[in-house]
Amino acid sequence: MIELYVLLAAMIIAALVAIEIKDLLAAAVALGIVGFSVAIMFILLQAPDLAIVQIVVETLTVVFFAAVILRTTNSDTTVGGFRRELVLPTVVYVGFGLLFLLVAGQAMAGLPGFGNPTMLVAREYIALGLERTGAGNVVAAIILDFRGYDTLGEVTVLFTAVVGVLTIMRRAGRKGQGAEGRG
Amino acid sequence: MIALFACLLLLLIGLYAVVTKRNIIRIIIGFSLVEYAVNLFFALVGFKHNGIPPIITHLGQSRSNFVDPVPQALVLTAIVIGLATTALMLALAMRIYEKYRTFDITEIRRLKG
Repeated sequence: MIELYVLLAAMIIAALVAIEIKDLLAAAVALGIVGFSVAIMFILLQAPDLAIVQIVVETLTVVFFAAVILRTTNSDTTVGGFRRELVLPTVVYVGFGLLFLLVAGQAMAGLPGFGNPTMLVAREYIALGLERTGAGNVVAAIILDFRGYDTLGEVTVLFTAVVGVLTIMRRAGRKGQGAEGRG
Repeated sequence: MIALFACLLLLLIGLYAVVTKRNIIRIIIGFSLVEYAVNLFFALVGFKHNGIPPIITHLGQSRSNFVDPVPQALVLTAIVIGLATTALMLALAMRIYEKYRTFDITEIRRLKG
């Protein structure tokens, strides 16, 4: 599993580049490196469904970022320089980060080790998935049948977000208030 | 175990961008990084050594070395929702830029009212 650790290291470096590089378009490309590395990780972790979805979604994410940055500006005027109002957030962040890692270490001591999942719930899904739902892909059987209501709720969130995007990006002005000049 | 901690490190990098950066696009990038880290964490927790994808290709196949399908099913919808929320944030950022001509959140506060 050495390639897993190489990819994780590459992702951490790309993430640092994404949040520190001056040019915003380059930052979006660095974010794309992280996302496509996640897709390759999904293949290594034996999750082909996730890898397919991640490749499609990551492509769209980078296109969205590029579209917004090209229509606005790609220079980040906030980079560099010591600013006093950043001291408090940084202190709070470092404190929270240490606490987070401490709690995560405690919690992970209770988890089964990496590569040995407990699979208490999954055992039944794997045993009965094909017979009960007729789906050879156990992941599809869980999404569309065993946890169908969960998926329905998530689709509601997706629909709401899409309606939100369409409402915000709508070009037409409000009726009777054409003062802004677009419409 | 090292892989899980490296994944949490990626989450903390994203959180750092959200907390300390003043550029809106940079904050959205931080949110996306946190989201990738959480999705990857789920897939890492469900991984099994010498496992195969949980897809039954022929009847009578041994199903004992399938990786855990439950985290995969949860993450599959979370990835798509992540795209939708990122698009919503980007749309808001674009409208803010059209109104204030800047991505700097401190400048936007100053121009208010």
